[in-house]
Amino acid sequence: MLQAVIFYLLAIATVLSGLAVITRRNPIASAVSLVVTFFFLAALYVMLGAHFVAVTQVLVYAGAVMVLFVFVIMLLNLRGTDPRELPDLAPRGLVGLAVAGFIGMGLVVSIDALRLVDMGPVADDFGTIQQVGTIIFDGTYLLPFEVASALLTVAMVGAVVLAKREI
Amino acid sequence: MTTTAGLAAGPGLHAWLLLAAVLFCIGIYGVLSRRNLVAILCSVELMANAVNINLVAFSRFHGDLLGQAFALFSVALTVAEVGIGLAIVILVYRARKGIDVDELDLLRG
Repeated sequence: MLQAVIFYLLAIATVLSGLAVITRRNPIASAVSLVVTFFFLAALYVMLGAHFVAVTQVLVYAGAVMVLFVFVIMLLNLRGTDPRELPDLAPRGLVGLAVAGFIGMGLVVSIDALRLVDMGPVADDFGTIQQVGTIIFDGTYLLPFEVASALLTVAMVGAVVLAKREI
Repeated sequence: MTTTAGLAAGPGLHAWLLLAAVLFCIGIYGVLSRRNLVAILCSVELMANAVNINLVAFSRFHGDLLGQAFALFSVALTVAEVGIGLAIVILVYRARKGIDVDELDLLRG
């Protein structure tokens, strides 16, 4: 019971801060709402026993990604550059609502069609760094892991090359 | 040992998937309705996180840690995307003195 109450509180908070992300005109306010969303999501991951994913969420998203966003926003000095707000019935907003509603309807229908799986009991160390590390480094997923690190290196070099004026 | 009385009181899989669906739709609406390129990237982040909720929720409900490993891979991919995306935003700002997507019509799309 307590779990359900916590879940619904966190879920409502997540959705509200997510709505704030897309309705704030000021890009900084959007980015800060995004940080709040990330923190609520980390709490939700803890409820799912995904401790390491929750830590990664805070470190990578709320830390690194947010610094990037805020840095770019401040670098470009974007203050209230988005002239339209949510209750705007321009074609853009209507198309957005229609597409989001359509996809959302499809998602809800397919979720309803799913076979229900009960949350079974899991071991105490489910989702700890040791368990997740064993999965990743124990053979099959070692190569994808190394490919992911190569991808991050390529992305980093690419971002520097793109954003630098003269190489 | 297999009693789930305490856990069964928690939210079911449907609740988690619905939360992810709602976040995903918020992200889609943001991508389609915002004009600011940085705000569009923020909305894409929301959508990526909704996908991660699904991965972690299925991982928990099936008792299989592989979903969490995939969520970590997905985080790495998203970070690479944000890095390149923001570099492109800076390039666009330099070239056009603004990041309003309505003014990016070089390809006459």
